[in-house]
Amino acid sequence: MPKRRDIETILVIGSGPIVIGQAAEFDYAGTQACLALKEEGYKVILVNSNPATIMTDTEIADKVYMEPLTFEFVARIIRKERPDAILPTLGGQTGLNLAVQLAKAGVLEECGVEILGTKLEAIEKAEDRKQFRALMNELGEPVPESAIVHSLEEAYEFVQQIGYPVIVRPAFTLGGTGGGICTNEEELIDIVSTGLKMSPVHQCLLERSIAGYKEIEYEVMRDANDNAIVVCNMENIDPVGIHTGDSIVVAPSQTLSDREYQLLRNASLNIIRALGIEGGCNVQLALDPDSFRYYVIEVNPRVSRSSALASKATGYPIAKLAAKIAVGLTLDEMINPVTGKTYACFEPTLDYVVTKIPRFPFDKFESANRRLGTQMKATGEVMAIGRTFEESLLKAVRSLEIGVHHLELKDVNTAADDVIEKRIRKAGDERLFYIAEALRRGVSVETLHEWSQIDRFFLHKLENIIKMETVVQSHPGDLEVLKKAKALGFSDAAVANLWNKTERDIYELRRQEGIVPVYKMVDTCAAEFTSETPYYYSTYEEENESIVTEKQSVIVLGSGPIRIGQGIEFDYATVHCVWAIKQAGYEAIIINNNPETVSTDFSTSDKLYFEPLTAEDVMHVIELEQPVGVIVQFGGQTAINLAAELEARGVRLLGTTLEDLDRAEDRDKFEQVLSELGIPKPAGKTAVSVEEAVAIAEEIGYPVLVRPSYVLGGRAMEIVYGQEELLHYMEHAVRVNPQHPVLIDRYITGKEVEVDAISDGETVVIPGIMEHIERAGVHSGDSIAVYPPQTLSADVIEKIVDYTVKLARGLRIVGLLNIQFVISDSDVYVLEVNPRSSRTVPFLSKITGVPMANLATKAILGAKLAEMGYETGVCPTREGVFVKVPVFSFAKLRNVDISLGPEMKSTGEVIGKDMTFEKALYKGLVASGIHIQPHGAVLLTVADKDKAEAIDLARRFVEIGYQILATNGTAATLKAAGLPVTVVNKIHSASPNILDVIRQGKAQVVINTLTKGKQPESDGFRIRREAVENGIPCLTSLDTARAMLQVVESMTFSTTAMTEGLVRS
Amino acid sequence: MKRQLILEDGSFFVGEAFGSLKETTGEVVFNTGMTGYQEILTDPSYCGQIVTMTYPLIGNYGINRDDFEAICPYVHGFIVKEACSIPSNWRGEMTLDAYLKEKDIPGLAGVDTRKLTRLIRQHGTLKGMICGLDVHPAEAAAKLRAMEWPRDQVKRVSTKSAYPSPGRGERVVLIDFGMKHGILRELNKRHCDVIVLPYNATAEDVLSWHPDGVMLSNGPGDPKDVPEAIEMIRGILGKVPLFGICLGHQLFALACGANTEKLKFGHRGSNHPVKDLRTGKVAITSQNHGYAVTHESLVGTHLEVTHVALNDGTIEGLRHLDFPAFTVQYHPEASPGPEDANSLFDEFLTLIREFSKKGEVIHA
Repeated sequence: MPKRRDIETILVIGSGPIVIGQAAEFDYAGTQACLALKEEGYKVILVNSNPATIMTDTEIADKVYMEPLTFEFVARIIRKERPDAILPTLGGQTGLNLAVQLAKAGVLEECGVEILGTKLEAIEKAEDRKQFRALMNELGEPVPESAIVHSLEEAYEFVQQIGYPVIVRPAFTLGGTGGGICTNEEELIDIVSTGLKMSPVHQCLLERSIAGYKEIEYEVMRDANDNAIVVCNMENIDPVGIHTGDSIVVAPSQTLSDREYQLLRNASLNIIRALGIEGGCNVQLALDPDSFRYYVIEVNPRVSRSSALASKATGYPIAKLAAKIAVGLTLDEMINPVTGKTYACFEPTLDYVVTKIPRFPFDKFESANRRLGTQMKATGEVMAIGRTFEESLLKAVRSLEIGVHHLELKDVNTAADDVIEKRIRKAGDERLFYIAEALRRGVSVETLHEWSQIDRFFLHKLENIIKMETVVQSHPGDLEVLKKAKALGFSDAAVANLWNKTERDIYELRRQEGIVPVYKMVDTCAAEFTSETPYYYSTYEEENESIVTEKQSVIVLGSGPIRIGQGIEFDYATVHCVWAIKQAGYEAIIINNNPETVSTDFSTSDKLYFEPLTAEDVMHVIELEQPVGVIVQFGGQTAINLAAELEARGVRLLGTTLEDLDRAEDRDKFEQVLSELGIPKPAGKTAVSVEEAVAIAEEIGYPVLVRPSYVLGGRAMEIVYGQEELLHYMEHAVRVNPQHPVLIDRYITGKEVEVDAISDGETVVIPGIMEHIERAGVHSGDSIAVYPPQTLSADVIEKIVDYTVKLARGLRIVGLLNIQFVISDSDVYVLEVNPRSSRTVPFLSKITGVPMANLATKAILGAKLAEMGYETGVCPTREGVFVKVPVFSFAKLRNVDISLGPEMKSTGEVIGKDMTFEKALYKGLVASGIHIQPHGAVLLTVADKDKAEAIDLARRFVEIGYQILATNGTAATLKAAGLPVTVVNKIHSASPNILDVIRQGKAQVVINTLTKGKQPESDGFRIRREAVENGIPCLTSLDTARAMLQVVESMTFSTTAMTEGLVRS
Repeated sequence: MKRQLILEDGSFFVGEAFGSLKETTGEVVFNTGMTGYQEILTDPSYCGQIVTMTYPLIGNYGINRDDFEAICPYVHGFIVKEACSIPSNWRGEMTLDAYLKEKDIPGLAGVDTRKLTRLIRQHGTLKGMICGLDVHPAEAAAKLRAMEWPRDQVKRVSTKSAYPSPGRGERVVLIDFGMKHGILRELNKRHCDVIVLPYNATAEDVLSWHPDGVMLSNGPGDPKDVPEAIEMIRGILGKVPLFGICLGHQLFALACGANTEKLKFGHRGSNHPVKDLRTGKVAITSQNHGYAVTHESLVGTHLEVTHVALNDGTIEGLRHLDFPAFTVQYHPEASPGPEDANSLFDEFLTLIREFSKKGEVIHA
């Protein structure tokens, strides 16, 4: 069927900020879709509030709106732009929910906007539990017994009928937010109450638990002509009970016979046809391991995380084709972009095994509940490809960047047997490693199956790996054994460990003996057709298919899995780096392992190697490709961390040299640089022992900022106010020794400012300066950043520019650098310099129009910024105000303290832009999910040190008509200042206490600066968690509160009584 | 134990032996299905062939009692990247290795099957031999090149005598050229009263059973090697509704005056898109064929192309313009593979019913 000519303009809704359950995969999908629609000649209007995305680049859509993804703003854009159609299936749950809202409110009808892809009716049939069940019954597709409940009473009723365990799934929530499995009454009360609150329609589905069934997913596509295909099926190694986003997943399914495969395939196609979806759809099924019985668990009538994974696992670009289907094209008339010869209407077949392992944020959130269940907790994922299951799994394991290179995790080998059993029975994020350890201790596959319900197939494969360890160990130097181990995916580090050699020894031995991997192509068709796709993975076999071209090439290292501190921003810069390399006339080669990203779209680079980012795996590619050099600046700390090892192996790093990278990152060298340049920094020293740390802190005076060196995202960074606290920190948070020094700095209270700059060694271009709302001490990634600076004097700005230029030149930066300053009075101190692309590069690039990653790449490749029309100094300020507001995923992570501090906690960010600061911030806050109420009540509980400051804040709230609620201490202060305050009881007092106030929605904002820390039992902690769980904005920095107040004030007309007596007197 | 696969072009692949250790020769083909190895092993159409699976992990769910497509396998060899030694599936009863040992079929594991597949794709299907490492590749290759290929596969795999598979519905005579059980199963599912006849049944034999319809099964090899079947089809055409699958389709085309040719490396797998030219819809089909009916040979025949392979345009379905007869090159009975085209069996029954009604009118 030809594409539709009756529509010209299409509005695409993005997915907004990165949160747990909705990550970079939607940038990948959205970018593909926008480009696909443009390719077909449509005018594309995009709305997305996430500045860190490729899709919001102005090259991707015809018009880009970076506005909040709320009904009000999107409706306004629709009324203004009058698009002919809207494509809501590429923006995750956010996009879908918005479309439903817009349709129900009549906006789409009013403006004559058609929904493309999946019709409203289908969205509702798939998403509304009741309608979904009715449809499944109609189709004869089995669903587990269930009930839809709107209250706890209804939940009781259901459980009385079918008994425990039951699964709770709140309706219309992201990544299963608020759901869980209940095995007893206590859990039922807890989870159902939360679930009802989380669900925008106050509805939960309770269903019989089918935990232990095989969880199988099918990614299906259908066009308007009713052609329907399966792109990929996937099997979760973790059986039903753990969210698929948190499960280790393999593609294709491994333990299904053809009959089972076809049974579930038929069901999936049946469903997509019945829903009438035109595009992609994800069907999750549960299959009884002991019969043909199966249940349909869930259907996502849109592209999803799983479809991104399926696209990367097969090469088949689901989002791109889904977009084309949405405008009327059919699968049988579109060419399969991978082969370039065959048609898109076929089912990809794999000749390799794909493993996906989720990446969890628990390294950041020590207190978080690590138990996995139906609510997703992972922030990102890695994927690996191999020709054996073992190879694919072990490659994925070492891609995780959690300090493991094999199925060995720190401290697991010393765990007691009963702990091992517990960790396997109750799945947490580290279960795989516990299973490996259990196998080493001789626990049988049968027992492990009983503990974990993981299919014996996978357990036997793990056993294979463990058995190979013994073989390797008992055959030191044996090349045949080495070959076998490599084919099973063993890293050099793992072999080195078993042979008591260094990783480098093993690598060199292999090189000498020719035991090196070959590269195979991912081509959707198992080599049945020739294919031009430059998408490769390594394996230890005979034939290499990756042909090195005549063209000079440059290798770019990606940033690996998305985690807190290293998000999509680094993929953004990586993609721009790749594009710039192409522009400069080189062949751009990328190595990365994150399936969610644009950088791992095979059409982004000239060649894509889907590989772990370890020295060994990267070296293999380098030795084959013989590039001009390697760029490590854009892949965050992942790539930077590889720099030294690569250079040691003779690789040429492009851009800032290793020596200079080290001068910026090594504390002592950096201090020397600063003193040479005459740039001040807060007093501080490096400690290599606990005693030394104490002495240094005494010397410079408390409070001090302590952190391990070489960290990203402020991991383990804390502000310490006294010696006792310092000792606790040294003991618990870090391992200090000469190899792992701890940095101790004076903590300066002041305004924080952040700058990104591009340098070619001579010209230093500063696109803009960003001022943080929160004072120093809150991690820059968690601060609200404002451009242009609102309160800095010309003098201060001059100093910042001067220091930046000096540092760029002094550190001999070629490429990007990021500097954080703290301003105290009018003194400017340097906090840190990151000699690489930073989190703010996409934000700053977009708002200033300076293509930072592109310029930096060209500078790295030898071009001069002056020749490209840039000069040293800060670029002219753009009109308007732009704010970057962090977004957190606290609702998904129980037991995590939400208070802001030096350690980064946010998962994503949004942009707010307008002509005034207040309007921009309003948009930023709204886009980040905060509801700003023009009136209501504010609940204040602040620490003693903040009380004076709180008075001013409270007064202004009173001024605009807010009611003030406060706990005793705070209330006393406020009362003394003459403010009207309602006292609320402390936590342990009788009801209604502070928690009740929050639960009952009596406060619209909570401001809490009490007892920060990681102890879940503290009062402050409970107050903050209660606010999060009830969806009430909770501000833990008075700076944020003040900024928000400023916004509310600006929304409110002043209501001042007439001044008395002026006339008469 | 290390053994090798030697190809007629002199290339060879060393791997780990499993299954039988006898020496074997055959035409080396590849199948791209990710599941369904048990059905593939027992599909008689693979008679005389050495099958390479492109999916690297084979045998994961073992061998079960249900999924056989014939009483015994006729495949000459089986080549995989990895043969699973500890399968896991509730129906699994034995390992792939044990099954191949029992049936005396040599297997070779640890082969770079992607390299082998690419070789076949570039050169077309090759003759090959699985043997010990003592055999010299160049000598074996020369021997392979000189080897005369057997032409009696159909005879070898077809039933030796007629047998019934009773039902209370339409009487269907099913000619077994190397029939997959799936075809019989689909007819039985529709209550057909099936009589299975050997490949060399004559038109008189067929008609003597007073069938309501005749089904021409799949089977191995070159359709031109079965002239007796072509003759039989000519004898029944127009007298009884016909439905042919795979080899049955090719034989039907030859009987109607069309021609067939050998494809470079054939279609073998579970993901082949086929377009129905009447509806414009595409079905994903299970395929296994090395020959195809040629487009140009249809000129002058009374055949109409109903289905084509989306990717290479080869003929996948035919219909007779004058008589109630249609055939497809692919496998609507699936097993293994997608069941998208399963309704063709219903179409066959509809055709039978319409024909019998017409018949009544004529006789009245």
